Amino acid sequence: MTRLSRRRVQAIFAKDLREFRRNRSLTAGMGIIPVLFSVQPLITVLTVSSAASTTLRHEHVLLYMLGIPALVPSLVAAYSIVGERQQGTLEPVLTTPIRRQELLLGKALAALVPSIVVAYLVFALFLACVGLFAAPSVASALIRVPDLIAQLVFTPLLAGWSIWTAMLISTWASDVRVAQQLAMVASLPSVAVIVLVALNVIPASLVTAAVAAAALLLLNRLGLRLVSATFDRERLITGTR
Amino acid sequence: MSASDGLVSSGEEPSAPALSADHLSKRFGGRVAFDDVTFEVGRGEVFGFLGPNGAGKTTTVRALGTLIQPTSGTATVAGIPLMPENGVEIRRRISVMPESPGLYLRHSVIENLECFAELYEIPDPAERVDRALRAMNLTDRGADACGTLSKGLRQRVALARALLNDPEVLFLDEPTSGLDPVAVREVHELIDGLRRQGVTIFLTTHRLEEAERLCDRVAILNTTLRTIGRPDELRDRLFTKTLSVRTAEPLPEPDRVFGGLAGVDGWRQDGPAGYLLAVSDTNLAAPAAVRALVAAGADVLSIAESRHSLEDVYLKLIDDDEAVRR
Repeated sequence: MTRLSRRRVQAIFAKDLREFRRNRSLTAGMGIIPVLFSVQPLITVLTVSSAASTTLRHEHVLLYMLGIPALVPSLVAAYSIVGERQQGTLEPVLTTPIRRQELLLGKALAALVPSIVVAYLVFALFLACVGLFAAPSVASALIRVPDLIAQLVFTPLLAGWSIWTAMLISTWASDVRVAQQLAMVASLPSVAVIVLVALNVIPASLVTAAVAAAALLLLNRLGLRLVSATFDRERLITGTR
Repeated sequence: MSASDGLVSSGEEPSAPALSADHLSKRFGGRVAFDDVTFEVGRGEVFGFLGPNGAGKTTTVRALGTLIQPTSGTATVAGIPLMPENGVEIRRRISVMPESPGLYLRHSVIENLECFAELYEIPDPAERVDRALRAMNLTDRGADACGTLSKGLRQRVALARALLNDPEVLFLDEPTSGLDPVAVREVHELIDGLRRQGVTIFLTTHRLEEAERLCDRVAILNTTLRTIGRPDELRDRLFTKTLSVRTAEPLPEPDRVFGGLAGVDGWRQDGPAGYLLAVSDTNLAAPAAVRALVAAGADVLSIAESRHSLEDVYLKLIDDDEAVRR
C-alpha cells in the first residue's frame, strides 16, 4: 500500500473541523442529539425513589448514552463528501496531489474527534448529575464499573462504524439532507441493539461485549477500504453513474 | 521508473512539450464528450482552447488534470504520461482552476490558501501564501471570509490558490466567466504576468477577444478538434485577404483599374463607390492599387486591409459544423 501523507490528512482534518464549527446546522444537530439522549434518562434517574433502585440493577441505563456516538458522527460524516460536492469545493481539492485514502481518513478523523469529545463530555456531565442529585442508592445501582468501561470502549468503535456508513452514503448521495437522513436511518440498527442491551433484552455479558467489540473493530478496518473503493473521482466530479 | 515514488516515466527531455494529447477521446456511455483530440503545447506557451457549450473543453481539462480517465488515446502532462498510476505526480506539477472558484466560503482567504499549501506539501507554506497574496494584490483581504468577497476577488483568490505550487502547467477553465470588465482586465493582466514568468497556460474560454489577446495559439473544439494554430494563421487559412477601397465617386471602369494588378486576384463591388479586392499579398497589392487609382484620376478616400477576427474564424467553423449536422 502507498504511504499516506500525514500532512495532507492533517490539512483535511483541520479544514473540516473548522468547517463543522462554523456550520450552524451541523453544530445544532451535534447539540440536539446529545440532549435527546441524556435528558429523558436523567429525569427518570433523578425522579426514581430509593425503593425502586433495585429495578435499575437489572438494567444498564448508562448504555443508553451510546446512542450519542452512534448518531452524532453520522450527521457530520454524511455531510463531508456531498457537502463539498454541493459547494463546488471537491473538484479543487481533487486537483491537488491528495490520494483518496488521505482525503477520506482526514474527513473521518474530523467527524470522529468532535463526536467522541461530545459523547464523553455528555456522559461525564450525566454521571456528575447522578452523583450530585440522585438518591445514593440510585447512584450506586446505576454507576457500575463494567458499564463505565463499556461506555469508554464502545464510544469510539460505534462512532467509527457510524462514520464509515455515513461516508459511504455521502459518496453516493447528491443532496446533503438526503445523505444525513439516510445516514441516520442506517444508524438505527446500532441504536436498536444499544436499547435492547440497556433494557437487558440482550443480556450484557463479557462475551457479548467481546464479540460486539471484535465485530466493530473488523467493520472499522473494512470501512476505509470499502469507502475508498467506492470513492470514484470521475462520478463525483461529473455526476455520471 | 524515475526517482519519484511510483512514477512511470516517459524519459522526459527538456525540449519535450509541456502538454500533448494523441487521439484522446472520452465517452460517457453512448455520449461522446470529445473525440480524437491531438495537439501539443510548448513550454511557456499560452494555449487557447475554444468551443461552444458542450464542446468538451472542460472534460478535456478534467482528463488532462487526471480527474477523469480518457476512454482512448494517450497524453503527456508536464512531461509525464497520463496514466492512473502517475496521477499524484502529475497533480503535483500542475494546477487547475475550475470555472467555479470552489472556495470554502466560511473560511478566510488565508485559511483557504493555507489548506491548499498543506495539500501540496509546500516547505514554507506561510511564506508561499504571503507571496501568492502579494502577487494577486490580496494582502489586505487575507483575513476576510471568502463568502464576503465579490466574484472578481474570489476569482483572484482561486488564481492565487492555483499558483501556490508554482505549476509547470496551469489550466484555467473560463477564468473570466461572469466577471465585470474591470475584473476581466485584472485577470488578463495576471495571465500576462504569468506568461512573462514562463508558465505554460492552457486556457479554455468563450471570449474570443480574450483568446486573441492572450494566446500564442488556439484550438477550436466542437467535440472533435476543428482547427489549431496562431490566430493570424487561422484567419489566413480560412479567409482570403481583402483590401477595402473607397473612392469619392464610382469608378467608370473598375475592371480596367483593378484587372491584372500585382498581388490582386479579383475584385467585387462593395457599395456605390466601394470595392473589395481579393489579394494574395497585401504588401504588393496595396501600393499597386493606389498607383492604379491615382493614374485613373480617382479621388481615393481610404484603402485598408479588411481583417477577419478570430470570432469570424470561430463562427465559420461552428456554422460549417451546424450545416453538416443539418
